[in-house]
Amino acid sequence: MTAVLKPRGSFRTGVGAALTHDSAGKHVSGTATYIDDMPEASGTLHAALVLSPLAHGTLRGIDAETALAQPGVVAILRAGDIPGVNDAGPIEPNEPLFAEAAVEYVGHPVAAIIAETLDAARSAAKLVKLDIAPLDPILSVEDAVARNSLLCPPMIVSRGDAAAALARAPHRISHRLRVGGQEHFYLEGQVALAVPGEDGDMAVYSSTQNPSEAQHIVARLLGVELNRVTCIVRRLGGGFGGKESNSSAVAGIAALAAWRTRRPVKLRLPRVTDMVMTGKRHGYLIDYTIGFDDDGRILALEATLASNGGNTLDHTAAVMGRALCHIDNAYWIPDVRAVGLCCKTNTVSNTAFRGYGSPQASLALEDAIDRMACVLGKPADALRELNFYGGEGRDVTPYGQKVADNLIARCVAQAKANSEWQRRRSEIDAFNASSKVLKRGLAVFPVKFGISFNAAHLNQAGAFVNIYSDGSIRLNHGGTEMGQGLFTKVAQVVAEVFQVDLDRISLAATSTGEVPNTSPTAASTGSDLNGWAAYEAASTLKRRMIEFTTEKFGVPPEQVDFRDNHVHIGGPASNHILEFGELAKLCWLGRVSLSATGFYRTPDLHWNRETMKGSPFFYFSFGASVAEVAVDTLTGEMRALRADLVQDCGRSLNPAIDVGQIEGAFVQGLGWLTNEELWWDKEGRLRTVGPSTYKIPGSRDVPPIFNARILEDAPARVATIFRSKGVGEPPLLLAIAVWSAIRDAIGSLASHQLPVDLDAPATPERILMAIGDLQERMAKA
Amino acid sequence: MSVPRILLNGVPRELSGVPPMMTLLDWLRGPAGLTGTKEGCAEGDCGACTVVAERLKPDGKIERSAINACLTMIGQVDGLGIRTVEGLAAADGVLHPVQAAFVASGGTQCGFCTPGFVMAAYAFAVGGEPPEPARIHDALAGNLCRCTGYRSIVEAIARVSPLPRDPMPEAATRIAPLARASAAEFAAPGQRFDVPRSLAEALALRAQFPSALLLAGGTDLGLLVSRERAMIPHVIYLGRVAELTTIEDGADVLTVGAAVTYTAALDVLVRYYPALERYLVRLGSRQIRNMGTIGGNLGTASPIGDFLPVLLALDARIKLVSAERGVREVKVGEFFTGYRRNALAADELIAAAVLPKLGPDSVFFVDKVSKRYDQDISALCAAYHLRMRDGAMHEVRLAFGGMAATPKRALRAEQALEGRAANDDSFADAVAATAEEFAPIGDWRASAAYRTAASANLLRRLQLRLTSPTVPIELDQL
Repeated sequence: MTAVLKPRGSFRTGVGAALTHDSAGKHVSGTATYIDDMPEASGTLHAALVLSPLAHGTLRGIDAETALAQPGVVAILRAGDIPGVNDAGPIEPNEPLFAEAAVEYVGHPVAAIIAETLDAARSAAKLVKLDIAPLDPILSVEDAVARNSLLCPPMIVSRGDAAAALARAPHRISHRLRVGGQEHFYLEGQVALAVPGEDGDMAVYSSTQNPSEAQHIVARLLGVELNRVTCIVRRLGGGFGGKESNSSAVAGIAALAAWRTRRPVKLRLPRVTDMVMTGKRHGYLIDYTIGFDDDGRILALEATLASNGGNTLDHTAAVMGRALCHIDNAYWIPDVRAVGLCCKTNTVSNTAFRGYGSPQASLALEDAIDRMACVLGKPADALRELNFYGGEGRDVTPYGQKVADNLIARCVAQAKANSEWQRRRSEIDAFNASSKVLKRGLAVFPVKFGISFNAAHLNQAGAFVNIYSDGSIRLNHGGTEMGQGLFTKVAQVVAEVFQVDLDRISLAATSTGEVPNTSPTAASTGSDLNGWAAYEAASTLKRRMIEFTTEKFGVPPEQVDFRDNHVHIGGPASNHILEFGELAKLCWLGRVSLSATGFYRTPDLHWNRETMKGSPFFYFSFGASVAEVAVDTLTGEMRALRADLVQDCGRSLNPAIDVGQIEGAFVQGLGWLTNEELWWDKEGRLRTVGPSTYKIPGSRDVPPIFNARILEDAPARVATIFRSKGVGEPPLLLAIAVWSAIRDAIGSLASHQLPVDLDAPATPERILMAIGDLQERMAKA
Repeated sequence: MSVPRILLNGVPRELSGVPPMMTLLDWLRGPAGLTGTKEGCAEGDCGACTVVAERLKPDGKIERSAINACLTMIGQVDGLGIRTVEGLAAADGVLHPVQAAFVASGGTQCGFCTPGFVMAAYAFAVGGEPPEPARIHDALAGNLCRCTGYRSIVEAIARVSPLPRDPMPEAATRIAPLARASAAEFAAPGQRFDVPRSLAEALALRAQFPSALLLAGGTDLGLLVSRERAMIPHVIYLGRVAELTTIEDGADVLTVGAAVTYTAALDVLVRYYPALERYLVRLGSRQIRNMGTIGGNLGTASPIGDFLPVLLALDARIKLVSAERGVREVKVGEFFTGYRRNALAADELIAAAVLPKLGPDSVFFVDKVSKRYDQDISALCAAYHLRMRDGAMHEVRLAFGGMAATPKRALRAEQALEGRAANDDSFADAVAATAEEFAPIGDWRASAAYRTAASANLLRRLQLRLTSPTVPIELDQL
């Protein structure tokens, strides 16, 4: 399967064109429709949730008498009201939608109130009384590790004999690093609208990245076969992983309510409910010991990664799998043993979030290398480069996949050149020598990110393309549009196949009724998978059109040339030209099927879950960043001053959209590592439950000098769609340079002689405390 | 009984039957059928619900200000024009230049925040400000985007601003007829919303209905309605009371009416207290400052109001007025009596804050520390006023927010500095005294330890400022 980029004609909108998002005009005029904007059919009801106020307890009773007596209240749903199975587990079963015997976190859904209006539902939900006998909660990862409270058996990625290699190593450093989680803060909160049909059919409009899973869970809850449930989504107001599994619970409750009342029901979570009830990026507790030689070569690593999975498994094990597969990041480590502990706590069940464990894991070696630099008195950036993958015997990951087509050094060299590293390094050192209060820092970060779902079966996609008799094209595929521009990119692929303008292609809402058995739009695979599937469908149609033309006009197939919205028949000398629509009409009259599906499965993947060995990724994506910050040593406040990013996108399908992904991911990573702090009180209640308390970056937090570049002349070596690469997640990690630059700025207080102990996120408070801690150690030294 | 009247996207609308406490957002998305305006948080912090309020200025021109529709009650918008994202493009669908700029720069991804950004950008572009990055960030401080990373949005606004000619037809002739000469009373079953226009009317209502909630800007009360979905039976809205919405520039004092918005007070406050320039633009966002008032901050007596330490440091007085007993003034320090409690009597209104102007020997600085620079509630904030005479500090007033249940002066630290030179010794004493007299709490904004450490360091920063250093000592100076 190969796709060859065709030379450009006047035709404007194929692969590689820097086009704006297909819905941009609708976004700016308020006409892009999200689920809560859809006109409500008469009789539509609204649901509101009753959540557990306690982190852990035995649920002894639900008293809904007062609530049900309120005007406008129609019904209540509890675990016992579910006709099918009370299970919303996305990967493994046994994750109840509504609490049964026990509540396991503050925010655990216990019941839903259904009413004629949203306000009636929400105010009645507040009147439901829960009888809960409190139980002792586990609220921290530390506590969970101590009590061996795990969601699944420990997972281990290892190679060689790390313990022996550490024992032999000339230098060893051990450290414990705490890495915070992150709220997705998609601007559109979770929402679903369920519309019951005849024969038990259920149509569910869900803001989900994972329509097939929503379909499966709705069917499971209702106890019906999958063909009874259709999940439809035109667009999401942001997802970032937060609508990969969490959205299914919302869809499930809406569907149960619609089933119960036989009326359409909408469930839209208020922001506070959304933030309390739905999962987030996992916080990690990382203990590591690294061994290295006098030159700074890493010899061995032992690491234990304990993640806060929350009260159920959800994606926790899969996230841990990716974390363990990215503990090496861009660095060659001969002997490794990395153990993953998925901790069960009485907090919200954490879930997928852009990066999926790799950002947390990738912090470990950055922390370690900075410490190594202190011990050896060498520049940290030189130590990073010394340890990059590459060269004979240094190009296989701990889990056994070859680091092929390695662009790490190239990305880093490019980022350093773009950032004028040498000049600024000395400028910053000079500034720090003369500035007592403000300190500046500079750091570089490389990323290597494996693209494909670790779970091999998910690496498949379908598409469905129709051509109508006027030559207009309708494109449908299994991917969801959540702002990342997937619909635009896939349409560009189809436009490229037919050599037609993009506006000839209508983009249909994703629907499990049109393309079944799809995978979530996740893991940076959206355009890789769906692009190929759409290419296959479009190519099938094109082949049929060529066959028809060949037969009808008696020309050889190579003399049927699609270009500039036309079909040129009979070779270069011929004047026989049909508009694309004319040929479509002829095909119809000639009884040619103008509807085709396409299917794609990523080749060459294998992964052994037991041994944690294999080649789970189709390819690696690479990138690098250089960041500069300034830190106020009096308050711990920080400003990112400049960032230079270089991201490998293969041969970009759409550079405008890819640059948008790079910039947006970086800023999201910046938030995760700096101001975004999830804060729970002693009772296990999350207290950062809205934008007034949970601070995602604003426009001023973006570095004033911000250069995001796509690595040039780097087509993918493997057969990706038109040699492009996925770009959704890797650039989020590029923000790690900011975190390292903060440590560099703090470290300047001790002339980089002492290591900086800084956990993530680096809030003003953590920065000030890290400064105080460093100054104490300086005083002792 | 009256019916609220607005100009919606240039078209007059009578909102009969609309509950006056309904949020503008709920009305737009519901009965008005305009779903372009989004709900992202219902607490005035994300900006997805941003619309533009059009007001007729005395000169006959229209002032356009971005507001959060989620925090705004229908009763508050009576007499105003409301422009939503649906009202920007031309009738033939040609995009407004601001909208076109967002498309051209790739400033949209998921698109959910976009309408709010477009409206904030529209208010900025037609406002005529130069499109300097700092001003654009000020204009966007109340809007959150989770997808783009903002670079493309800022670029769109820089490209299109200032907009020399707004292609939108001037709505002045249609706004003018909506004005009311007298008080209005809007009602719905279980709800009453009074809009007095004179102080006398307001005081009479206050005396008659002491349990009615007073509404100035609504950035606090609006939360109750928007996020908590509270049913408030009776509101007296003070935003249209002429006497409460004026600023008197006296010889020695500046008297700021209680219902003057922060936006309206910004220029004059910065003129007389230059240190407030960066501080005030970090107080909420433009959307919040276009609604929020000093009187509202005093009324709620919340410990986290950023302006309250300023009033304490300046030794401001609060003018209170009642129908029965007339005017009285209390020192701001005596006005706050506890967490969210103040000295306002049941029949009184806050009329104004009276701010002494700075003297030639005055030194006045302010500080704000928060997780995020823009639109964040302070972990702690501080304002300092002292007089420098013969190399010594006099009349030292150091006021902190976030360090106690109410904004509070550091009296012992003040004493430690009084009459002394600004040197390591005096400030070491002040730092020690501050640590002793405050026992801050720890919460999600900061731990107690951090508040204590940072407050000490802010005093050190004050000391550095008094020595007029030549190298930057604040991030804002970079």
